[in-house]
Order: sequence, then C-alpha cells, then structure tokens
Amino acid sequence: MNGWGIIRGLGVTLRHFFGTYAEDLRRGKSRYFTKQGVRERSASTVRGIFTVQYPEEKLIIPEEFRYLPFLVYDELESGEKKIRCTSCGICAKVCPPQCIWIERTTDPVTGRPVPAPVAFYIDIDICMNCGFCAEYCPFDAIKMDHDFEIASYDRKAEHIYALEKLLKPAVYYQSIRPENFAREEASRMEKEAKTSSKS
Amino acid sequence: MLVKTSSDGIKDLLSRYGDSLLADTRPGFGGYFIKTEQLVPFCRSLRDEAGYDYLSSVTGVDNFPEDQMEVVYHFYKTIGGPAFVLKVQASRHETVIPSLTPLYPGVEFQECEAWDLLGIRFEGHPDLRRILMWEGFEGFPLRKDWREPFFEDENKPFKSRWPDGHVLRTEEENPYKNNVQYPAAFDPDQWIPAGDAALYEGLLSLTKEGQSDFKTDHIVVNLGPQHPSTHGVFRMVVALEGETVLSLKPVMGYLHRNHEKIGERNTFVQNMPFTDRLDYISSMSNNFGYALAVEKLMDVHPPERAEYIRVIMAELTRFLSHIFSIGFLLNDLGAFFTPALYAIEERELILDIFEAASGSRMMCNYFRFGGVVRDLPDGVLGKIKDLVIDRLPRKLDEFERYLTKNDIVRVRCEGVGVLKIEEAIGLSAAGPVLRASGVPYDVRKADPYSIYDRFDFDVAYGLHGDIYDRYLVRVEEMRQSLRILKQALRDIPGGAVMNGKPQYQVRVPAGEAYGRVEGPKGELGFYVISNGKPNPWRYHVRAPSFINLTSLSTMAKNQKIADVVALLGSIDIVLGEVDR
Ligand code: SF4
Ligand code: SF4
Repeated sequence: MNGWGIIRGLGVTLRHFFGTYAEDLRRGKSRYFTKQGVRERSASTVRGIFTVQYPEEKLIIPEEFRYLPFLVYDELESGEKKIRCTSCGICAKVCPPQCIWIERTTDPVTGRPVPAPVAFYIDIDICMNCGFCAEYCPFDAIKMDHDFEIASYDRKAEHIYALEKLLKPAVYYQSIRPENFAREEASRMEKEAKTSSKS
Repeated sequence: MLVKTSSDGIKDLLSRYGDSLLADTRPGFGGYFIKTEQLVPFCRSLRDEAGYDYLSSVTGVDNFPEDQMEVVYHFYKTIGGPAFVLKVQASRHETVIPSLTPLYPGVEFQECEAWDLLGIRFEGHPDLRRILMWEGFEGFPLRKDWREPFFEDENKPFKSRWPDGHVLRTEEENPYKNNVQYPAAFDPDQWIPAGDAALYEGLLSLTKEGQSDFKTDHIVVNLGPQHPSTHGVFRMVVALEGETVLSLKPVMGYLHRNHEKIGERNTFVQNMPFTDRLDYISSMSNNFGYALAVEKLMDVHPPERAEYIRVIMAELTRFLSHIFSIGFLLNDLGAFFTPALYAIEERELILDIFEAASGSRMMCNYFRFGGVVRDLPDGVLGKIKDLVIDRLPRKLDEFERYLTKNDIVRVRCEGVGVLKIEEAIGLSAAGPVLRASGVPYDVRKADPYSIYDRFDFDVAYGLHGDIYDRYLVRVEEMRQSLRILKQALRDIPGGAVMNGKPQYQVRVPAGEAYGRVEGPKGELGFYVISNGKPNPWRYHVRAPSFINLTSLSTMAKNQKIADVVALLGSIDIVLGEVDR
C-alpha cells in the first residue's frame, strides 16, 4: 500500500475528464442538439460526454419501444373512420393489472352482440406498460405507442383514456412501427388472397 | 417434477426413516412427507449423513378448503445435483411446526415470512415476528380465505371488465376517500409501534452477555428507513458499543405488495411482467426463472434460437447488475457517484439492447413459456457483438485499473465483514456472497438449466469471504459472462424463437415445479403449484437478496458502524425483491 493504486485510479478519472473536452473540441457544435449528435453519443463507440440533454434532445427510440396502448383505426376512402377493434375482449382478459374496460355494442333490434366497442377505457395510472394487449389482440387493433410525455396536472380528469383519446389512425401506427406494420399488412394481404381464391 | 436422488447416503436414510416418511404420489408432485416430530432428526441426518447441507427454500402452501397447511423444503448439496424435497403438514387452525433454525440458520427470515404471510408457527425459532407486514396487521394474507380490501374476485380476469366494462377507480370505493384504510377510532399520531420497542429490547438483551469490563452504554441506532446510500427504503437497527456493532437486525417490508398473492390471483401469463418488478435491475433473469418453472409443468421446451437469446439476455443482465452493484458499493464506501456513473454508462448501453429487443429498458417482459416474445430486431445482434467483443472488456479493464488496486478500496474492504465458509452455507447465502466465502456453487454448473452445459466457463469464487472478495468475484463473473456471451454469439442458430402459437391462456397441467436460475444476486427460485386451472394455486419466489440479508447480522458483528454501510452494499440487495 503505497498510494500507487490511488494514483492510477486518479489517472482514469483524469482521462475521463479531459476526454469530454477533447471530444467536444474535435467534433465541434454538431455534437449537440442534432440527431446525428445524439446518435453518436448513444453508440457503443461513444467518447466524451454520454448524456442526452432532455427535453431539448431526445433519445432515439427503437421501433419495439412500448409505452401506452392506443387503438388503431383505418381511414376509408369515404373519410369514415373504421375502428379495427371488434370488442372481442381478449386484451381486457389478458391485461395483468386489469386496467382495460370494454363495453360491447348490442344490436338494438336483435339484442345480439355487434363486433364493435361502445366504450373502451384504459386507466393509464394502472397500466403497467407490459404490451400484452398489443401482443395478443388477434385483429391488430391495439398497439403500443411511443409517446411517453403524458404528464398532466389533473390525474382524475385526464388519466382515464376513453375511446376518443385512444383512437389513432393507421398511418400513425405505420409511422412509429414501420416494420411491424409492413409485416402485418403482408400477412393480411396473403390471407385475403387466400379467401378470395377460394370463393 | 419428481426429483430423483441416487446417492447411497440418501437411500439409507430413506429406509431408516421409512416409518415416518411417505412419498408424495399426487400426480405431478414429488418428494416426501415427513411426520412433524421426526422433522428435526431427519433433517439432521440429511445434512450430516447424506450431505444435503444447503437448505435453499422454505415455503408454505395453504391447501384450503382442506384443513391442511403444508411446509415445503428444498434441500441441495453444495457439491451440486438435484433437490431433495421434503414436506410437512399441519392443521390450518393450529399450525405449529418445529423450526429448522438450529440446523440451518438460513431459514430464519424465510420462517418469519411463512409465519407472517401464512400463519405457520415455527416452534423454537429465536425471533419469530412479522417481517414484511407491519406489526399491527391482522390475519395472514397468503391464506386462501384471506381477502384484501376492495376484493373483487378470486381470480383474474375480472368479469366486470368485459363485455360491460364501466370504468371505476378502486379508490372511489374507499370509504375514507384516499388510499389508506383504517377505522375511525384509530389515530395514527397516537399509535406507538410496539414492535419496535420489542425489537430494541431484543437487540440489547442479545448484547448483555458478552459485555466487557470497560463500562460503556450500549445504544441502539436506526440506520434508515431512507438509507443514505439509497439502496431503497430499508432500515437497519444496530446496537452499538462505542463504534463497534454488537448486533444488528434488518427491518424490511416498506415496499411489500404481496407479490405472491397478486401472483396467485393472476393467470400464468400475467405473472411474467410482475416478475420484472422483483429485482428491477435484472428483469431478464427473473423472467428466465419463472419461465423455467412453468415450462417444467407444461413440459414445453423453447427452440434452439430462443435458448441462445435467453442465455445472451441473462448474461448481459449479470454483467449490468454486477457493474452497477460495484458502482454502488463504491458509493457506499464514500466515492460518491463517479464510479457509479462510469458503471451506469455501460449499463445504459446494455439497456439499449433490451429496449430494442423487448420494448422496455427495465421492465422487459421478454420471455414467454416456450420461447421469447420476438426475435432480435435487425441490427441488435451486431450491437451486442460490438459491446461484448470490443467495448465491455475494454471498459472492465479500465474499471479494474480504476478500483481493484486502489489502496482506499483495499483498506476499507479487505478483512471486513467476513463470512466464513460454514456460516455462508448454513445461512443459505447465495450468489457472489456464497462464492466469495469459498463455495464454488453456481446453479449454472451445479444443476445446469437451459443450455448452460454447452458453454465453457469457470465459476468464480473467493477465499476470504470479505467485502473485497465479493468485489473480486463479481469482477471475475463479469469476465466469465463475456466468455459465455462470445460463445453464444458464435453459435446462435437461426430459426423460430417460439414453440407453437402464442396463447393468452395457457394450459398448465396440475403439479408442482421449482425452477431456479443463477441470477446476478444469487439463486432465484420460483416454486409454482398448478391445480390445472388458469391461475397458479401457489406461486412462491425464493428471493436471493431477501435470504442473503439473513447473513447481514453475522457479517456485521464486531465491525465498525461505518463498515456496515459498505457491508450492505457488498450483499447487493434490491428492495423490490427483498420486500416483494
Ligand atoms: S383491442 Fe383487440 S383484443 Fe382488445 S377487444 Fe379489441 S379486438 Fe379484442
Ligand atoms: S400494456 Fe399491459 S397493462 Fe397496459 S393496458 Fe395493455 S395489457 Fe394492460
């Protein structure tokens, strides 16, 4: 014990310290507040400053990132919104903290269930962001969103999402999860082709 | 799962105790029942003659509506091999079972837990008290006939959600309109925590015996509840003589949410994301253990590619958990946050991989019965390779250059908080704590699961059982993890990552299974009983950081108070798992 270990250790911190400035000088302004800069700073080859200055800068989110679920609707040519959800109830059943409430539509004449939800609620305070609802929905009707900035002042008024707040167009879904979207479209086309060739 | 034991020692024992033993022949179950009065002698022979020196897990099962409570023990040998499962039964009304603390002191907290949650009284236990619930609590919440406030239904899914779901906040049903529930006559300001007084009294009485001639006052000091080193909300009560610790008791449960009761209301699949929240630093390993247990019951096996992905994720988890814990150990030693932040940098890069694969950085929920949720997206394998081959070894070297030979680290850690080899085994310590004491026991080698038998790696162990050896063991384990990762990345095949179609409601045949993995903190076990219904009948977690805490007071005895903080850091607890 002669203090040599401490000096070597201090060498490491010193290198880190000067490294931050060296990298900033070398790379100049483009290192901050640009998408390229953020990408560089979160790659495994990063040198110097590592942190991202949220909220001015944001980390690049991978496609599979999940936060809260939303319901997908397709925009028909007539401009009508076609909700994909058939209110089959699978998501409400599989949801681990049971934070999905669905009211199924009944036909007023026959009294039989109609495959569409009258009401659809998600209590986002209880949602544990597990992604099960999106995973097990057989109709690709519910998907996990990328939007994580949901803070609000009034928990009671704002944190139970009803149908209007949950609905988002398929184009939006495509924009956040292009690969998943493409895969699902392809398999749907295939299925449709099969059924039409049969008939 | 029937566990086969073949050694002669055990055969001899089984025949000798033949009259008091009864094989558990229920389909899907295994092990032996023993008569209550023979439990202690049998266990003594089991330990001393048959070599089952390590009592890994103790838990209770409520066989309601039958008037029957069962205690299940899982014994192992530290030289490796499968479990010996032993069970005792007692009435639910008068549940008294002899305590095994004289033979296996490591059961102390586990027996407290079984008393606390199931109401099983262990006779001869030195300090049987509520350990997770608060002292004033009434009832035993894990009993099947106990119901929580705002009880809705025995099992999920609740019928009120579909098809006529009308949203309701549970708190709306609360008569007091906020989240606490207590009767009108109760005034929280007037309440005197009687449990604490008893705790202090107990601590001081322990210290009375070995008092030195030099007359000093013994004082009781509370470290916590918000422990300054922020491992979480946790309290240590120590009795001091001057600066020296005479005895110590950890007090926990501040984060208790009765994970197991939630687990028994959940369906099998629904438990997966809940396991993430146990040791939230290493959710992938938690997923692994639970998936193994249920897969044993279902008798499904994941495809090759999924096995490799699982191993890759588990080893990355070990790396990040160890580097994180070393960073925080240095925090506890007073090197405030510089080492921790260097560690967090590497951890972030690994979390990026988890996020890309599973969708979440910490709450991964990535494993399913028979595979993993999805294949690694494009580019992720490349990123893992960059890390494993280039960055992590380089950074680990730097980390070692920074800390391993540092004189202050050595002075503070060497010879401090020694846990001797026989103490470590007796106290059921697990993971790096056990190995640093000189027991090269690692579930990956001792009782290989998944595909660990294919990889070439060594079990790191220490010789001194002090804080410094725990540090060295963790560093070496990170190197071994990188070794496994390199092999896994080299050999990973293509193909599917899931057997069969993903199902939201799995069929799990009746029976019991104990799935265990070598998590970063130690042996993480899941004991699951299915009765063929959609929800597990019993779901128990053998939480390594909870059980490792049992040895804290042994380690802390006669240490200086300042070192107790470092000791806690060297055990590496995560309160999400301790309190469950
Ligand atoms: S979102 Fe999907 S799973 Fe949920 S009710 Fe609608 S169709 Fe069924
Ligand atoms: S993400 Fe999970 S918790 Fe949230 S609504 Fe979907 S299933 Fe429920």
